[in-house]
Amino acid sequence: MLAQFLQFLFSGVTVGATYALAALGFTLIYNASNVINFAQGEFIMLGGMLAVFFSQMGLPMPVALTLAILVPAVVGVVVEKLAIEPVKGAETVTLIIITIGASLVIRGLIQVWLGKGTFSLPAFSGNEPIEVLGATLQPQSLWVLGVTALVVVGLWYFFNRTLYGKAMLATSYNRLASELVGINTNWVLFISFAMSAALGALGGILVTPITLTSYDVGIMLGLKGFVAAVVGGLGNGLGAVLGGLLVGVVEAMAAGYISSAYKDAVPFVLILLILFFMPRGLFGAKVTDRV
Amino acid sequence: MPLLEVRQLSKVFGGVKAVQNVSFSIDAGIVYSVIGPNGAGKTTLFNLITGVYTPSEGEIVLDGENLAGKSPNELARRGVARTFQNLQVCMNMSALENVMVGAHLRLDRNLIKAALRFPGLAGRDRQLRQEAAELMAFVGLEKYVGSRADCMPYGALKRLEIARALAMKPRLLFLDEPAAGLNPKETLEVDELVRKVADSGVTVVLVEHDMKMVMNLSDRILVLDYGKKLAEGTGEEVRRNPDVIAAYLGAHA
Amino acid sequence: MRKSRYFGLAVIVAVLLVLPLFLQNGFHYDLVIRMAINAVIVLGLNLLIGFAGQISLGHAGFIGIGAYASAILTSHFNWPPLAAMAAGAAAAGLLAALVARPIFKLKGHYLAMATLGLGFILAIAMKNEAAYTGGPDGMPVVPMSLAGWEIAGEKAWYWVMALVLSISVWASLNLIDSPFGRALRALHGSEVASQVVGVDVVRYKVAIFVMSAVFASIMGSVTAHYVGFVTPNVADFFHSIELVTMVVIGGMASVYGSVVGAVLLTALPQALATFEGWETVAFGAILMLCMIFLPKGLVPTLAAKLGRSE
Repeated sequence: MLAQFLQFLFSGVTVGATYALAALGFTLIYNASNVINFAQGEFIMLGGMLAVFFSQMGLPMPVALTLAILVPAVVGVVVEKLAIEPVKGAETVTLIIITIGASLVIRGLIQVWLGKGTFSLPAFSGNEPIEVLGATLQPQSLWVLGVTALVVVGLWYFFNRTLYGKAMLATSYNRLASELVGINTNWVLFISFAMSAALGALGGILVTPITLTSYDVGIMLGLKGFVAAVVGGLGNGLGAVLGGLLVGVVEAMAAGYISSAYKDAVPFVLILLILFFMPRGLFGAKVTDRV
Repeated sequence: MPLLEVRQLSKVFGGVKAVQNVSFSIDAGIVYSVIGPNGAGKTTLFNLITGVYTPSEGEIVLDGENLAGKSPNELARRGVARTFQNLQVCMNMSALENVMVGAHLRLDRNLIKAALRFPGLAGRDRQLRQEAAELMAFVGLEKYVGSRADCMPYGALKRLEIARALAMKPRLLFLDEPAAGLNPKETLEVDELVRKVADSGVTVVLVEHDMKMVMNLSDRILVLDYGKKLAEGTGEEVRRNPDVIAAYLGAHA
Repeated sequence: MRKSRYFGLAVIVAVLLVLPLFLQNGFHYDLVIRMAINAVIVLGLNLLIGFAGQISLGHAGFIGIGAYASAILTSHFNWPPLAAMAAGAAAAGLLAALVARPIFKLKGHYLAMATLGLGFILAIAMKNEAAYTGGPDGMPVVPMSLAGWEIAGEKAWYWVMALVLSISVWASLNLIDSPFGRALRALHGSEVASQVVGVDVVRYKVAIFVMSAVFASIMGSVTAHYVGFVTPNVADFFHSIELVTMVVIGGMASVYGSVVGAVLLTALPQALATFEGWETVAFGAILMLCMIFLPKGLVPTLAAKLGRSE
């Protein structure tokens, strides 16, 4: 009993960490620009697919993985420059449609370039499973969790202890005021997209040895990341991480105990319930609109 | 019995008391002005009475019925109309359509009948267009009857909001700074327009910074300062009130 | 301008009457029929997105409800096609109302999320409930019959869809120029202004969402009977996006734009057939380019160029 529960918990937390990274990406961009970037999932896909591509090219693993993070970051910046900046201040519907367009382009190009196949990466430190109270834990899961934890700590440090991070936070609170005190808010937008794409790509790379990857995994992963961000209260960084883990665990438990066929429906049922009953998410702040 | 009676009305935003224990009453048929320095709570008061904000405490009694906490559309049903300090014109519609929307509650709004163009609707629609055009003429916008709203100048849009409000055939009309941003000539025209509206039997509540206009039009004046009622009375009474002079008029003198 | 309100409709009717002279084979007929079906769905969706300013990213889910209601009720339960279609429409409308009420109190992103989630759940259910739906392989659907008369063959369906499309365009034109339609556009223009003139904003958003869901469901039923087969792909996320793209390219808040958008994007896969795999890229690029360079869409932009409003 306990072993089975632990088994589900491990797989839930592992995939949840990926959702958490994606959710952090949504949060970064949302805070900087009030845009929900529906292309976020494609960065996860890019990370995994490019890691496979570069490593198959024969590049040493560390180089391949670094490139698989840097290239999506550049793509993120390109999306921001070409698609988001020209329509600054547009309606929500417009922004949603544009980012969906960007996501289709990225996904379509990868499909044309690398094909429709499913790919895998070797696990970073072998496949020897670790026994924990009767359940088995993949070493790769520890990589996923460890790196995610490092990223969370790193982001916390960046936003709370560095001038750049504080400037970005200030911009999310009040764009105009930040401009007045000399913060280059365009630059903030630029960095937000780069960081958010890199975070997504990192998640995609880490989880590929476990879940495999293909050109079309982005939508589902991205959407679940978005669910996680909303569950945690849109715009709340810590909420995004907890939301990601929660979505992952609930999904794994539902798949294990109820029906694996409906695994992918679980996050969406969760989000509908949360939107109905606690629309600000679990950790979101209450906002009053000024008329 | 007064048309509108506001009792002990308060609104708190976070820790800020935007309106505190304000009470006053308005008789039918008069022009009632609310004045006070910027941030005194005038617009908040309007938002409370027209249902845009929910009061933290207090009563808003219209014709003997407490309407505090009711939604804007419920207040609209009871004959409360308003304009906005920051324009709220629908730029995706024509000028005439903006006015026609004002008549919303008086129309048959059935979706299916409208889609299938039931007999009689076309005639009713023509009549409504006519009515809206007349209202535009009433506020001095006859030359914009065929215009798109996003092609009109600022001053005209301010009047368009008044026309839209009048299309509701309101009993009580709240005008939030109708002359703000207008030049002296336009201000004078709005002054005349408000007089005309009041003469047509609509009770007018006015927030305005132009003192000449306020003194000229108002039967009674309420002075707010820091969300509190500072004074209330006729123009003459308010002008002589030492508190008011100190807090408000004094700053201008 | 007032006089020309039905001018476009007259053009559409004329084209539909003359078109059969130029359609040489079943393949041509098939293309036009699918254009017309999409156009009707997009008309409904444009009322929601373009006129009311609310988005749905899960509309294909409602099409799926209609398609499967028709497929399942006629085959497993022997319902007459029209009754099955009505049941599907009712189910889609009910579900839309149920979901929309709490969601429309929230802002744009959340609606996008909720409709998207709903679409996914529906698509997943259609794939998994194989006992009823045939699973991912889909299931056959009996032909449409009305009071003993069976609609069979492309020519019969052509005339049915020509009629349905013309009526839908006419009804949409009527609707947007009615008190209901003006309230809808007003709440898009200024929500607070429409509230203070008495528009019950949430109710109107729900009403138009339900109506567009019902349109989509009915067209799902029609597609199922016309094609004679239904697979879970009808409810696919990509299908929802295709529909939104049709709205955007034709022109948000433009009745004729809906028709033009549907016609163009239904033809696009045929035009791109030689570029295997580039479809997704093309759709994405169209969405982005349209929003950036042609935010009003084709029809309103052209109409403005020609110096008259639609």
